[in-house]
Amino acid sequence: MDILGAEMLSNNDDGKIVVENVYCADLMSNVLSYSITNSLLITNLTNAQVVRTADVADIKAIVFCRGKKPELGTIMLAERKTIPLLVTGLSMFEACGRLYENGLRSDKDTGRQ
Amino acid sequence: MTSSSEGTFFLTGKDFVKAGTASGSLKRVLEDMGVPSAVVRRAAIAAFEAEMNTIIYAVAGIMHYYVTAEMIKVVIQDMGQGIENIELAMTEGYSTAPDYIREMGFGSGMGLPNIKKNVDKFMLSSVSGEGTTLEFIINLEKT
Repeated sequence: MDILGAEMLSNNDDGKIVVENVYCADLMSNVLSYSITNSLLITNLTNAQVVRTADVADIKAIVFCRGKKPELGTIMLAERKTIPLLVTGLSMFEACGRLYENGLRSDKDTGRQ
Repeated sequence: MTSSSEGTFFLTGKDFVKAGTASGSLKRVLEDMGVPSAVVRRAAIAAFEAEMNTIIYAVAGIMHYYVTAEMIKVVIQDMGQGIENIELAMTEGYSTAPDYIREMGFGSGMGLPNIKKNVDKFMLSSVSGEGTTLEFIINLEKT
């Protein structure tokens, strides 16, 4: 959270999120096809389908870029699914870059995708 | 693992507020039954992609699941426009989704190939103008 200067939107956790990998996409189809379990999802989309996609794909937490906050329905759904939502003022590129710099990868073995 | 379970969810076309709830519920059922989490994820992703297809393209549909000690079987049947060319629909990147669907992050032509990738047996049949039936099986024994 500090790396991204992110603000927590949902209050269903103790402020600690442990993720092993990061996946970044605006295409939910790609999240479903390529993301791996327990990843952090970085996206520009803020609709409820992002949370539903995250739920089925075992995404641990979602970061919205450029200060875009989702509507209340999306936040409530995320709380029900216990998926923490965060918002960062950073662009997608910047957010990914900072996490990469701090050792996070999309795939722990090869760094591909 | 609990021995067996079956159930049905009803899907309403264009209801994007509820889209994904059937797959979410199926995921919980499988988790509660003690199905290994990697298998649950494969089933949930396949079911979610199929559910989204019904919501996007059809008027209405049903999702029926059947779980035994050997397998998870899911049948999604819809009343909708159907698929004219299944071979083309199975091509990665091919999509007929309108722009507003793409704006939600779907309709990039990855759904059907992704379902096939996650399951052990995949069957798709469709009558253009009437509807589509998609059935998949994930084996539980070998996992």
